[in-house]
Amino acid sequence: MAKVLKKVDVVTAGVGFAGGIVAAECAKAGLSVVGLERGEKRGLADFQEIHDEWRYAVNYGLMQDLSKETVTFRNDRSMKALPMRRLGSFLLGDGLGGSGVHWNGMEFRFFPYDFEIKTMTEKRYGNKLSKDYLIRDWGLTYDELEPYYDRFEKITAVSGSDSNPMEGKRANPYPLPPLADTPILQKFGSAAKSLKCHPYILPAAIASEPYVNPDGERLNPCQYCGYCERFGCEYNSKASPVNTVIPTALKTGRYELRCNCNVVEVLKKGGKATGLRYIDTLTMEEYIQPAEIVVLSSFVMNNAKLLMVSGIGEQYNPATGRGTLGKNYCYQITPATTGFFDKEMNVFAGAGALGIGIDDYNADYFDHSNLDFIHGALISLLQTGKRPIESNAVPAGTPGWGAKFKEASLYNFNRSLSVSAQGASMPHKENYLSLDDTYKDAYGLPLLRMTYNFTDQDRALFRFITSKTEAIVRAMGAKSVSSKPDSRNYNIVPYQTTHNTGGTIMGAEPGGSVVNTYAQHWDMDNLFVIGAGNFPHNSGRNPTGTVGALSYRCAEGIIKYGSKGGSLV
Amino acid sequence: MPEKTDLSRRGFLKGTGAAAGFIIAGGGILAAGAAGAAADAAHDSNGEKTCGPFRGRMFFTDSLEFQTISEAAERIFPKDKNGPGAIELAVPYFIDNQLAAGFGYNAREYTMGPYYKGAPTQGYQGAMVRRDVFRRGIAALNREANTRYKSDFPDLTDSQKDDVLRVFEAGKADFDGVSSAWFFGLLKSAVLAGVYADPIYSGNNDMQGWIMKRYPGAQMSYKAIIKDAEFQEIEPMSLADMQ
Ligand SMILES: Cc1cc2nc3c(=O)[nH]c(=O)nc-3n(C[C@H](O)[C@H](O)[C@H](O)COP(=O)(O)OP(=O)(O)OC[C@H]3O[C@@H](n4cnc5c(N)ncnc54)[C@H](O)[C@@H]3O)c2cc1C
Ligand code: SF4
Repeated sequence: MAKVLKKVDVVTAGVGFAGGIVAAECAKAGLSVVGLERGEKRGLADFQEIHDEWRYAVNYGLMQDLSKETVTFRNDRSMKALPMRRLGSFLLGDGLGGSGVHWNGMEFRFFPYDFEIKTMTEKRYGNKLSKDYLIRDWGLTYDELEPYYDRFEKITAVSGSDSNPMEGKRANPYPLPPLADTPILQKFGSAAKSLKCHPYILPAAIASEPYVNPDGERLNPCQYCGYCERFGCEYNSKASPVNTVIPTALKTGRYELRCNCNVVEVLKKGGKATGLRYIDTLTMEEYIQPAEIVVLSSFVMNNAKLLMVSGIGEQYNPATGRGTLGKNYCYQITPATTGFFDKEMNVFAGAGALGIGIDDYNADYFDHSNLDFIHGALISLLQTGKRPIESNAVPAGTPGWGAKFKEASLYNFNRSLSVSAQGASMPHKENYLSLDDTYKDAYGLPLLRMTYNFTDQDRALFRFITSKTEAIVRAMGAKSVSSKPDSRNYNIVPYQTTHNTGGTIMGAEPGGSVVNTYAQHWDMDNLFVIGAGNFPHNSGRNPTGTVGALSYRCAEGIIKYGSKGGSLV
Repeated sequence: MPEKTDLSRRGFLKGTGAAAGFIIAGGGILAAGAAGAAADAAHDSNGEKTCGPFRGRMFFTDSLEFQTISEAAERIFPKDKNGPGAIELAVPYFIDNQLAAGFGYNAREYTMGPYYKGAPTQGYQGAMVRRDVFRRGIAALNREANTRYKSDFPDLTDSQKDDVLRVFEAGKADFDGVSSAWFFGLLKSAVLAGVYADPIYSGNNDMQGWIMKRYPGAQMSYKAIIKDAEFQEIEPMSLADMQ
């Protein structure tokens, strides 16, 4: 029998940026909050010997333990979905702070175009995509979200330059000046300019200078140590939930954090959520945490799964088009070109979000009239710090092993650079999330099933963007270039990006979406479901700036609901 | 394999007793690099005993298996004018030790059934964990070597070894459970990991993998050089230096 605990105002399932922001804001506003996190407690003290590529980058030391839970995957409905047995394509977060601990820290806003994509695309091009693509306006404009972006940027010490002309209007400059402008970044900058593009240093949630955020949390200047993405920062330079919003929440004395607690069900009664049922992952004992307000902040996958296993909302069915839960699952495409140069460069130094990019081929900043796709991609060069186990690029035609491979991989390690892109992803009626009918997790729940494939839109965008990444790498003076081939079918094995979105999308009206623009569930007004799952499509930029902004807006909604009740819209 | 070679190899290993851990006998050749370096590391310049990397086998019990994986690793990453190959870098110990640990048991991966073949886009779907795949793969390497050349893999010439490995790489030596190409990919990535992982994992002997690649290892900060246009040669550092 589950042990029933004392009721609190707010309980969150998962403590990453989304859960941390909600906790900090609600606790500051006087609400009692409990955070349930399935993974380990962790913080700065755990990151002192983190420069270990084998443990953290190759074997995913900070990420989800798939022996407990994974997802199943198939490319289309005719296939049998099978478990993702090892992490690969995307790297799910686990443990206090979630993926926010081991992210790169590229912190972007989405474009004004994203929020009104259907209206704006139709206005300019008519019905460009077939009706199989489920693009929709978000129910919220860029201008409405701007103050929340601003807030999240200040909390996470974003270092950036205001020189990008292809962006929504900012009310304030970035909190900190950009990270170092390095010779490697300058190579891209000159090449992009020679091609009449508009390069800018990428905004990074990494402090370029000492910084104290509005909540009083301190971040230190980045050391460019080169063990950043996939690692925790041992200097508290990269903003993460564990050095920003979580300590802010704890300081109030109204936040209780419980790690090793895996949520398995949203409990409900009479059209309201009553709390969360969870399992202590160490003792396997079961508990019930009652709460006035329940928040799901367990990332795209488990936010959708917890609603599904709890029977809240109607599962999307691609055959009939009925239902909203699980629909509009999107990803991204990731074209890239590697160039091989003569001179050795300090490629081993860098930071997860130290980079330079262009948006000349992103959103609707270029004319798509004669192109067979919409939207675009951020094209960038990231100087993350190259590490030796996983960086063994060799020019095309080199054998994959043996003496020639050894020679070429050693020679080119410090002489190769990659320009990569993250291309927007449009929702398609056949790409969705649902529950698996065969495989179970360690707690007896069905695994989440992902049905996903690239579409014609993705393939066309991939080809177009590859021609641009190639042109830039050539203009950078590469001796030879090699581009990532266009893969017809989505493959869950090679790493691409952890920019999964959709499944619990937001909207202006209940019919086509799961939550409103405060992430409040349409069918249950004391249940909030927050994260990138709320995105109706995915943009050609990193998602977390938008996750953070939506989380601040969600917290505002929860506080308002806490005093007034009812629907927020 | 002729009885004589077999006996002499076993006898040799037995004769060296506890030191067997430091010796990588491949086709009868003693790899002095790793063995010597390991011995050196146990004493500082004043001859004082320090804590050195005492390497040993934790997984492979049969020496033929260990020699087979050693020789295959060496062909994938051979000694050349740039520096040591997999054997001198102690890569076989890295692989052995990892197979004995969580990596060998796929400890943090989903291993529950049922098992279906699946499409390539769905990734590995076998029931075997890595330690099983390696042992099967090694047996298959020796089977292929004996079919083609009537010798065990470690006793082949370099070009014969390469021929056998190419058969595996092409997926043409299927054994039960996984394709040989998949095993080859796993082996190659394990070899590269053994060359370049921090030496605390028993490979990358003396940081020689990093030195060859001109990679500085686990440094604390590059703030001082991040804007430098000239390539910086920095003496590498291991996590062990921080203990
Ligand atoms: C290597 C890497 C690099 C990235 N780089 C960038 C970048 O540069 N820029 C960018 O914008 N984004 C980046 N991302 C994505 C970014 O990390 C995520 O968008 C962001 O962290 C999501 O925050 P979240 O709070 O929604 O989810 P998460 O951080 O995933 O947090 C969810 C938490 O919920 C917990 N949880 C899940 N299920 C349960 C359950 N049943 N019970 C209890 N707890 C549960 C998880 O353990 C986790 O801690 C990167 C991701 C990765 C993996
Ligand atoms: S590169 Fe900078 S932000 Fe990233 S882990 Fe190192 S010090 Fe921290």
